[in-house]
Amino acid sequence: MQVDEPLLLPRLSRVAVCGGTHGNELSGVYLVQEMMKTQKGGEDREPASVSMLLSNPRAMQHCRRYVDIDLNRCFTHATLNGPISERAPYEIIRARELNAMLGPKGSRAAVDLVCDLHNTTANMGLCFIAYSDCDWICLHIFKYLQKQMPNMPMRFIHFDIPNKESYSLDSIGKHGFAMEIGPQPHGCVKSNIYTAMKEGVQHMLDWAGYFNSGCVFEGGSVEVFTLVKNIDYPREGGTHNITATIHPYLQDRDFCLLHPGDPLFQTFSGETLLYKGKEPLYPFFINECAYYEKGIALSLARKKTVTIPSIWVQTEKEEEQSFTSEEEE
Amino acid sequence: MSHGNINNITARLNAARRVAIFGGTHGNEMSGVTLVNLWMQNSAEIQRRGVEIQPFITNPKAVEKCVRYVDTDLNRAFTQENLSVTGGDELPYEVQRAQEINRMFGPKGSADAYDVIFDLHNTTSNMGCTLILESSKDAFNLQMMNYIKKAFAPASCLVLLNEHPLLKYSTSRSVAKHPVGLEVGPQPQGVLRSNIFEAMRVILKHALDFIELFNEGMEFPACSVEVFRVLERMDYPRDANGNIIAMVHPNLQDCDWEPLNPGDPMFQTFDGKSIHYQGPSTVYPTFINEAAYYEKQQAFVTTRRENLLASAIRKA
Repeated sequence: MQVDEPLLLPRLSRVAVCGGTHGNELSGVYLVQEMMKTQKGGEDREPASVSMLLSNPRAMQHCRRYVDIDLNRCFTHATLNGPISERAPYEIIRARELNAMLGPKGSRAAVDLVCDLHNTTANMGLCFIAYSDCDWICLHIFKYLQKQMPNMPMRFIHFDIPNKESYSLDSIGKHGFAMEIGPQPHGCVKSNIYTAMKEGVQHMLDWAGYFNSGCVFEGGSVEVFTLVKNIDYPREGGTHNITATIHPYLQDRDFCLLHPGDPLFQTFSGETLLYKGKEPLYPFFINECAYYEKGIALSLARKKTVTIPSIWVQTEKEEEQSFTSEEEE
Repeated sequence: MSHGNINNITARLNAARRVAIFGGTHGNEMSGVTLVNLWMQNSAEIQRRGVEIQPFITNPKAVEKCVRYVDTDLNRAFTQENLSVTGGDELPYEVQRAQEINRMFGPKGSADAYDVIFDLHNTTSNMGCTLILESSKDAFNLQMMNYIKKAFAPASCLVLLNEHPLLKYSTSRSVAKHPVGLEVGPQPQGVLRSNIFEAMRVILKHALDFIELFNEGMEFPACSVEVFRVLERMDYPRDANGNIIAMVHPNLQDCDWEPLNPGDPMFQTFDGKSIHYQGPSTVYPTFINEAAYYEKQQAFVTTRRENLLASAIRKA
């Protein structure tokens, strides 16, 4: 039987853990503050250097999601590099600062891995959210966390958006993902959610250390949920106010398969509105507070199984050789 | 505390002819905002014989921005000082609003004030359905709350009494002769959950039914009402700079109204150590981990269980 050679990937020399990208998602805020206390600066944590960052300090100060505009939508190439006025929104200026610190996005100087910490009011457990379903680093980290935290409901969510349109902070790094944990109300920290995030981040950093030290990580399979579409609340024509809530049957049932004909919304007059899609899909971000203004009552995903290869860290010599051949191309 | 032999005395009280239902006192507490908006469009559900019932959004700017408040907490703004201060547009938005509301539904403390105001709130705490009472001597309110509890049973609806001289605050509903707070949770700020919405709706229905029955002459016999009396505000442990250094302990999280005994875990530091309750006796905590109270230095309040006697009442 032929054993596949592990895929060689560059070491993760620089890792960034970011909290407070949304200033009222408090697990990440408190966790990064705590980790900053116990770590002195961006010390070299053999064999990777780990930076802790509070992404949106002004929003944190006001315990708001954002001051002017949502920071986590400001990381498109266009927003980072386009012309900017003096009176640009605070978050655009901050996004450029973060890009200078952790990026530039798309360049060789960018950090190797960005883990951006978030909370949701939806009952989603622990989720990774990434733009790729074939970033083996992110998928292996996820698989490792699943093994280390078997009692934690955990899912890998894939937003199928091409790199040039990617908009979130985690897209700055060569690899990146958001770690999203709920349910937690915004402006609150719940100890079980904080603890889960703390453990998740710890395991991720452990994994990076093992990977960099030369451990081979066996391939296998990972279930991935790919976003298909979002559904908005029913709204009134003139005022645009919502006219129904998430149906009690659906509330808190993130990742429970939603079939055509299942209850979706309940109007204020008590009528049930049914899911009219043709395909059963997996709902998530059900009743996420911050998404009311974005016109999203819930998101829907298709599930598939992704096969991931074994991976192994590239030696420095191999890394140099691959840079050289990249340049030649 | 003794009310004498109140079992023999039926208090004759004026009919409640003018009632208001406030939503959006905190602009991100969505059940009240939604219900009041609904009833402003179509008030059929809240109409009752013999009483004028006005739904009203108290803090429209905060509602529009989906924030608790714009300048200052409206539900702390109804102090005598704020209600009488001059300054017009220079005043904080909520102080202007408090004066406006006092003109429309008060004046607070006068004979012209509205009879009853229901103020609709949500909390991130696991408080379930809670009625908030501001005076242990308000027989009308006690009888109403007794009626609501019985009508809502077997589902639970508890009564929180905040008569504490220091911790009591000047609420928007305090403009009325009989202020009633409705607090339903847990619900995140800015979110509308259907079960929470429906529960609040049903409680209000029972409350309005009571008013109608009372106004039609029904006598409500003397009764005993279990209440939880606010004792003390407990803040988060903080460092020398005032930063929070611990969270509500997982054993206490979501355990509103359950006994907290001396020695029980209360907080957990960010690096995992437990801090225990050191009080002299068992208390009943509530408002555990309310998001809006981080800035008010409150992790939870402690309460004591009491039975209040309400005299019989009948319309005068």
